[in-house]
Amino acid sequence: MNAAPERVIVDGTSRLRFAPHVKFRHDETRGRWVVLAPERLLLPDDLAVEILRLVDGSLSVNGIVDDLARRFEAPREVIAADVTQMLQDLVDKAVLAP
Amino acid sequence: MSDGVGPPLALLAELTHRCPLRCPYCSNPLELERASAELDEAGWRRVLGEAAALGVLQVHFSGGEPLVRRDLAALVRHAGAVGLYSNLITSGVLLDRARLEELVDAGLEHVQLSFQDSLPASADRIAGLADAHRKKLAAAALVREAGLPLTVNAVMHRQNLERLPDMIELALALGASRLEVAHVQYYGWALANRRALLPSIEQLERATETVESARRRLKGVLTIDYVVPDYYAQRPKACMGGWGRQFLNVSPAGKVLPCHAAESLPGFDFPSVKTASLADIWYRSDAFNRFRGTAWMPEPCHSCARREIDWGGCRCQAFQLTGDPARTDPACALAPDRALLDTARENDAAAPVGDFAYRQFGTVPVGESRE
Repeated sequence: MNAAPERVIVDGTSRLRFAPHVKFRHDETRGRWVVLAPERLLLPDDLAVEILRLVDGSLSVNGIVDDLARRFEAPREVIAADVTQMLQDLVDKAVLAP
Repeated sequence: MSDGVGPPLALLAELTHRCPLRCPYCSNPLELERASAELDEAGWRRVLGEAAALGVLQVHFSGGEPLVRRDLAALVRHAGAVGLYSNLITSGVLLDRARLEELVDAGLEHVQLSFQDSLPASADRIAGLADAHRKKLAAAALVREAGLPLTVNAVMHRQNLERLPDMIELALALGASRLEVAHVQYYGWALANRRALLPSIEQLERATETVESARRRLKGVLTIDYVVPDYYAQRPKACMGGWGRQFLNVSPAGKVLPCHAAESLPGFDFPSVKTASLADIWYRSDAFNRFRGTAWMPEPCHSCARREIDWGGCRCQAFQLTGDPARTDPACALAPDRALLDTARENDAAAPVGDFAYRQFGTVPVGESRE
């Protein structure tokens, strides 16, 4: 047997990607981005889409926060908290993975 | 979009009613379609294309057992080609390495595998098939070896609910990322077997505690989906997310239904993909518009603050318990017919466990009439 899997905790150094067999794509019919996952369908809002577009397996969470803070001219710590929470939730749902 | 109706999100493609298992809670209708009535590959390819064009994002290949169809991989490939995300809902007993490789190569994204129990002998008895449990374990291992995400669907009732903790351990050991703890819903075959299946309130409360504690312990490791069964609920579930709001179901013979049990409803002429387009059926058919939205609702639903949360519950359950599909779902504690459900719960859950009437072709359980 494999070792028991453990929960992945997201922090600033985490580098995340979409889990295998999860698709992030633009849906032409609805004119919006969608996340297709096993028995799960997410319709992310505009801010979530901005975050998810930066999830590519190479940029760290800190890097994502820097990018958003620069573009949206918002306080970095507020963005960091929101982004980390959203990414943790998606890791817990197996939508994103390290 | 017409009248504020959006496109469907998902298609449940019931490729066949054939299945080697004979589970007494099967969600297929009592009148099963025979192989000769099934849509052929070309018919299903057209359905998948029309579904994608209509805005469907995910297709769930289901049955019966979808693996009895030799064209399953071809259909999965076509689904991918038209942009649909493919999920296979299977018993697993027909899944071998060659079949799975063919499906992975075709672009299958996910497998949902059902389990009847954690004890092999009990699981095989419930499935009505010898050696089924061992084959399912082997199928789960193949799915994980192939790198596909796995959902374990654990169908729970009074004869296996005590072993819910073992079912959770089973899902973990198999490497599943999701576990669906599916209490039996009492339509069709399960309604005929209610006395053998309906749990007691004590069993249910223990199960709910088990799930809540496992969810805390396994956060980020195993996602557990759980819904309290209607017979013990205070409010109805939003069946299919509301009639004609998110899902469409195509039966083996090509009938298009708002849910997989709807064919049992009287007074409907469900349209067929053989004579109409999916878009026409979704937006314009009487069948899809009949219970759409809130205008059709009787009181107490029509003025209820939750009318756009639960969408009036389940039409099939309303019909099966009251004889009228437009009545308030008795799963709601406010329903005028709630006593029907309370009585059934008191009588059936307390009665000695009844024998199973196994699912089969050509005969229907005692107490149900055949035309």
